Amino acid sequence: MASGIKDKVVILGMGCSKFGERWDSSPSDLMVEAFEECIGDAGIEREQIEAAWFGAGIDAFNVGSSAMPLAIALRLNYIPVTKVENMCATGTEAFRGAVYAVASGACDIALALGVEKLKDTGYGGLPQRTRGLENDMYWPNLSAPGAFAQLASGYRAKHKLNQDDLKRAMAHVSVKSHANGTKNPKAHLQREITEDQAVNAPYIAEPIGLYDCCGVSDGSACAIVTTPEIAKSLGKENLISVKALQLAVSNGTESSHDSWDGSYLKTTRIASQRAYDEAGIRKPTEEITMTEVHDCFSITELVTMEDLQLAEEGKGVNAVLDGNFDSDGKTPCQIDGGLKCFGHPIGASGLRMIYENYLQLNGRAEARQLDNPKMGLNHNLGGFPHQNICSISILGPYN
Amino acid sequence: MSGITAYGAYIPRGRLNKQAIAEANSWFDASLKSLSKGERAICNWDEDVITMAVEAGNNCLVSKSDVSLHSLYLASTTFPFLDRQNSVVVSEALNLDNQIRTMDIGASQRAGTSALISLLESDCEGSAMLVASEHRRSKAGSRAEMQWGDAAAAVLVGSENVIAECIGIETIAVDFVDHYRGEDASFDYDWEERWIRDEGFMKSVPTVVDKLLEAASLNAEDIQHFVIPTDQARNPGAIAKKLGIKAEAVVDNQIAQVGVAGVAQPILLLAKALENAAPGDHILLTGFGQGCDAVLLKATDAVSTYKPAVGVSAAIDSRREETNYNKFLSFNNLVERDIGKRGEADKQTYLSGYNRRKDLLTGFVGGKCRECGTVQIPREKYCVNPDCNALDSQDAYAFSDKQGTVATWTADRLTFDWSPPAYFGMVQFDGGGKIMMDFTEVEEGTIDSGSKVSVHFRIRQFDPARGFRKYFWKAVIEQ
Repeated sequence: MASGIKDKVVILGMGCSKFGERWDSSPSDLMVEAFEECIGDAGIEREQIEAAWFGAGIDAFNVGSSAMPLAIALRLNYIPVTKVENMCATGTEAFRGAVYAVASGACDIALALGVEKLKDTGYGGLPQRTRGLENDMYWPNLSAPGAFAQLASGYRAKHKLNQDDLKRAMAHVSVKSHANGTKNPKAHLQREITEDQAVNAPYIAEPIGLYDCCGVSDGSACAIVTTPEIAKSLGKENLISVKALQLAVSNGTESSHDSWDGSYLKTTRIASQRAYDEAGIRKPTEEITMTEVHDCFSITELVTMEDLQLAEEGKGVNAVLDGNFDSDGKTPCQIDGGLKCFGHPIGASGLRMIYENYLQLNGRAEARQLDNPKMGLNHNLGGFPHQNICSISILGPYN
Repeated sequence: MSGITAYGAYIPRGRLNKQAIAEANSWFDASLKSLSKGERAICNWDEDVITMAVEAGNNCLVSKSDVSLHSLYLASTTFPFLDRQNSVVVSEALNLDNQIRTMDIGASQRAGTSALISLLESDCEGSAMLVASEHRRSKAGSRAEMQWGDAAAAVLVGSENVIAECIGIETIAVDFVDHYRGEDASFDYDWEERWIRDEGFMKSVPTVVDKLLEAASLNAEDIQHFVIPTDQARNPGAIAKKLGIKAEAVVDNQIAQVGVAGVAQPILLLAKALENAAPGDHILLTGFGQGCDAVLLKATDAVSTYKPAVGVSAAIDSRREETNYNKFLSFNNLVERDIGKRGEADKQTYLSGYNRRKDLLTGFVGGKCRECGTVQIPREKYCVNPDCNALDSQDAYAFSDKQGTVATWTADRLTFDWSPPAYFGMVQFDGGGKIMMDFTEVEEGTIDSGSKVSVHFRIRQFDPARGFRKYFWKAVIEQ
């Protein structure tokens, strides 16, 4: 039986660009900004990187479909570079490639970098794009908020909730993240909002209102990973290791089989349980001390808390309103501001989540530093509630 | 001789209040106010001749179980495709056997009656369907815009369980150019109404009707239902009077409820006459256009027991008032609307890929697993049941006649839609199977998880750059 990834790979360094409407910055500029911080943090030379994984989500508006833009932007030394793309879970896919390469022994030091330039479309929201030749012939023209509004209606129907109560809890999710974002200089949105503002904002896709949506931004994040032994040999202390790295991809059951009712994310339940098993976590509510989850929309975060077993099924509204996931709550969520305040440059988001966990576990999160975080979980979700890709990674101090 | 064995009607739910048209346009044509009584049927943005024909055909077929069709004729002058047989699309959307003879008939306002005559005179065994469907095109602010409407009607022709037997047919062909539409034109060009009445209707119609009645040894007063399609309100009465037909026999052209539906009008009014006919009644159906067709029918005893799934009165009652004239202009491409950058996304249809998925896209056909019985849509190679996953195990299973329940939904205001917000969601079908699909005809506040739906063939997308349009099925909330 496979022994899993736990403690086989550590993070040598990480970097993250400022996220936002980076009108003056090209994808290359963003990549270099994240990479310079990362390689400085790692304390190595570029020539020591033996392989790289490059995450970029939307070819048409970004850098195209090959790995070359990364190699060219960073002037990598003709090393193997792999382009990965798995919708909004792309950032974690790049990380997974690099971590697995090191764990396999194929290379000692690997780079994962994600980038997305979303603000070159000429309009707000995520770019309009194809879902594949055949799907485009019959899928609704669903926008991202339209897709995740389905989750709200399914969740509300399943648990017989009042729309106002659900909207109030959704608003709390966003208010909390906006408050966190004010403490993060790299966040795109750095201002507080009120619950009333969120509840009363115009609908984008009923019941999702403006403030239930994450921002849309340009950004890049990256990680350099290696083995614990090499990290130590390079003089690194207080290593942060990968405890679990799991991926679950919908196989059509949710979209075409009667067993799924639209009220939860099946992939998140499967991937998180596998991740807990891989990391040896028995009681997530006790052992996970912080989370960065895929809060593309407030309802996604609320339901995800249940799917990660951090809230009881059907009780997400209460858990949110009780403040369990606030910065001073039991399991702070989106302490960096989340997708809500960073926006969601597709290829970068997963690595941006990992970056925050890495900083927090290292005690380097400055104004938003949590007290003694022990185990951080990242949840990176791509696609739609009925067909999606879920990545779960767990980081903690290397033992 | 054979006759009519079934009928069905479809009138778009949207009914534009004619005062809205008059208010917008009377500044340059005050006479429009005199035509502003009532409402007219308007296609939704996602309706056209093909989708209405599928509705009418289905409404006709479901009243008749186990019928096997040898032919499907589609009559219209507003076919969405000039070279791609529209009737075949209708046939496939109705999931009819592909051994069927299909034909598009157009180019005249009497295309519907001429097609009917052709079917009545054919001596094929079994049943044939005629669908007449028209999505009328008229200039903004025209009298036609006030008086016309969009609709479709279907009849089955056969020799068993006949509800109205054909007892005579006459035609006169005359190139009388009351109006015309050239190959590059979007709209008709017409001549003075009085001239059309006096030199057209008043001459052609009596010529054929007199001959027809004589051949059938009937008198004009023996006619209980006289169908004379025209958008000139006083025409039918004047013609009836000239022929000696009783005034009460004239079947109203529904100008104030539906509008005159072009090629569909005679067939729609025939359906209406059949709905009201008593056994033994004589129905005189005429169609005027470059001459005149006349068909004499006699209702049988079966007419009183036949119940259409959706007849004309039910179709008229299924309505949603529309008071926004601009929306009508927009749906009919009579104004150039800002569709936003999301609307600019390329809509090319990859025809080879489309062809592979045609059973799903046109027939709304999924699969039923022979191993485990799971029904599913779309039909893929492996069964979707996680406990089965059998390979190539599914028989075709049509969802087009199934009802379902809304599992999830939203009203999306970000995505592009011709009539925002875009409603869509997951539909769970009665008997199993589910799919994320568009909804249409949604009125705000009438949809929630648990709402009951039926499914309908509609336009999914236009590709204006290449003159193509895609169709797919959409869910409609059952009232």
